[in-house]
Amino acid sequence: MAEHIPSADNDAPYLSIQNVVKKFGDHAAVNNVSIDIAKGEIFALLGSSGCGKSTLLRMLAGFELPTSGKILLKGEDISKIPPYERPINMMFQSYALFPHLNVWDNIAFGLRREKIAKAEIAQRVDDVLKLTQLTKFAKRKPHQLSGGQQQRVALARSLVKQPNLLLLDEPLGALDKKLREETQIELVNIIEKVGVTCVMVTHDQEEAMTMASRIAVMSNGQLLQVGSPSEVYETPRTEFVADFIGNVNLFKGGEIVVDEPTRAEIQTEDALHILPRGMAGEKGMKYSVAIRPEKMELSKTAPNQRGNQCQGEVTEVIYFGSDTIYHVRLNGTGRVLKVQYENSERYAGERFTWGDQVYVFWPPTAIVPVAPSY
Amino acid sequence: MKKNVLKTRWGKWWVIGAPYLWLMLMLMIPFLYLLSVSISEMVQGGGYLPIYRDGGWFFKDNYTPILDDVIKGGTYRSAYLSSIYYAGVTALLCLLIGYPFAYFMARAPQEKQPTLLLFVMLPFWVSMLIRVYAIKVLFNDSGIIATTLSGSLKAMGLITEDLHLMNNSFSLLFGMVYVYIPFMILPLYSTLSKIDVRYWEAAADLGSTPLKTFFLVTVPLSKAGIIAGMLLVFIPCVGEYVIPQLLGGADTLMIGRVLAGEYFQNNDWPLASALAISIIVLVVVPMMFLNKYQDAAQGEIK
Repeated sequence: MAEHIPSADNDAPYLSIQNVVKKFGDHAAVNNVSIDIAKGEIFALLGSSGCGKSTLLRMLAGFELPTSGKILLKGEDISKIPPYERPINMMFQSYALFPHLNVWDNIAFGLRREKIAKAEIAQRVDDVLKLTQLTKFAKRKPHQLSGGQQQRVALARSLVKQPNLLLLDEPLGALDKKLREETQIELVNIIEKVGVTCVMVTHDQEEAMTMASRIAVMSNGQLLQVGSPSEVYETPRTEFVADFIGNVNLFKGGEIVVDEPTRAEIQTEDALHILPRGMAGEKGMKYSVAIRPEKMELSKTAPNQRGNQCQGEVTEVIYFGSDTIYHVRLNGTGRVLKVQYENSERYAGERFTWGDQVYVFWPPTAIVPVAPSY
Repeated sequence: MKKNVLKTRWGKWWVIGAPYLWLMLMLMIPFLYLLSVSISEMVQGGGYLPIYRDGGWFFKDNYTPILDDVIKGGTYRSAYLSSIYYAGVTALLCLLIGYPFAYFMARAPQEKQPTLLLFVMLPFWVSMLIRVYAIKVLFNDSGIIATTLSGSLKAMGLITEDLHLMNNSFSLLFGMVYVYIPFMILPLYSTLSKIDVRYWEAAADLGSTPLKTFFLVTVPLSKAGIIAGMLLVFIPCVGEYVIPQLLGGADTLMIGRVLAGEYFQNNDWPLASALAISIIVLVVVPMMFLNKYQDAAQGEIK
């Protein structure tokens, strides 16, 4: 999904959030956030509930005023403009479609608030109905539509005003899993067809990864890491980010024991991690190591390599159909590692079973040193 | 097992039956009694002759005189019309005053809402009769409000004669609005407080100014509350007796007073009962249609 790499470098950023702080009483819901977003980007704010992502989105929409800081859209400070004068539209969580208006009137609601000729309103509503494949539901009331249809009405309603910025608040949160997967792709296709710049908020990392061109992981009102989905997944910078996005095995409390220009070694309690490159640190520095379960392997015999391995007993075999996840309790500390195998052959899930003594090992490229969280 | 089934069945009957029994005793039987009086013969000096006596049925048509009067345009017609007029105006005034009140109550901080609600219901702690008498005392020509107002307006040169606040349509409407406004505010508050804040945000997001949002979103979504409040004020106001009697004047004849006059001055119980039944028909039948319409509208919103 995330093929279009934004061209942020040519001139001033399209949307620029500068040192924005929002305090509720003493509590800073958004704590000094700065980020530039380029035209045409789909930018996701990802975090668990209460991390401040919704507050940030509501400040973009104009429902909250920042305590301090600026929000520039096309170079103009919009942070004090009331929501009804902003060239920004939002698709609300669970949609907030007006229950007393039918689909057509819901979509036309925003256009009618501007001085637009009736014929043009009709044209634009019909166009957006066609775009979202809702033409035949135009006369229905929201409660007569399915969840997916309501979601498309909400999208149509926020797109019809051709906003400079589209905000999505948990766009797929109200849909069930199967429908969500279809809708994700459909939603991105529509947004890309229209070409609108988009900021979305979600707690679902899968949703963020599949839809967004860039992700910002948020926690305690701050952005922890910003990058493309693959960057954030493959090179998380902190334990929190590694843990939040996807499954991960964390080797905590490690320390750099060898640090040479072409080779580094991190010793954790359970294993010695050997990297084929130097690290931006010095001997004795504290580091944790994150390794994704799908990048680890199991073997009943000792692997022929130094380091990057440990030993344990298979305690769980969890069969997902497409994958199998093995839980391995390490002999030394009793910590549990997860190792994921793709079942590319039928009945491949039966490689190892409960109670097997196994070696867990991984290639040096799988090792991601992360800053420990305190 | 069998005993249990029996128990639940009895429980169910009791739960459903108790309200019906109440309605039967307190509403249906008195209503039927009134109906029977309205078709009986009067007794000079008060009272009526039972419609079943000496082994036979005796009826008298008390409705035709009322209908005749209404057609010819007599006292009853003007009393009916002015009742509907004053009840209607009261309901509208209650809506105009009560809506902003209910709106700000619904949007007040959550923890302050019970207090505000208490303030709305506080007048119920004092008997309505006492409150109406208080208005009478305050608005009297020698009362503090009338004298202060007259004095200051005279001093400003706006009027030359004393103001009369009592025993006219002003005092009547003031009293009725004052007494009935909680019945408007409570249903309005309950619908307004249930409106999801996100509808207002969505309207603002789509470029609607707060005023536009109010008329295009808030009012339509509170339609059920508006209708309920209007009915709760309008229906009792049509038949209101105490307030017109104490605060109204000679020109504000309402059907409640006419009815009381028939009972207590003319001692014509059957005719008075027929008038009462007519009020019920006059008010209830249109309401039933309204209710039906409202149910349909409600179903649509859900």
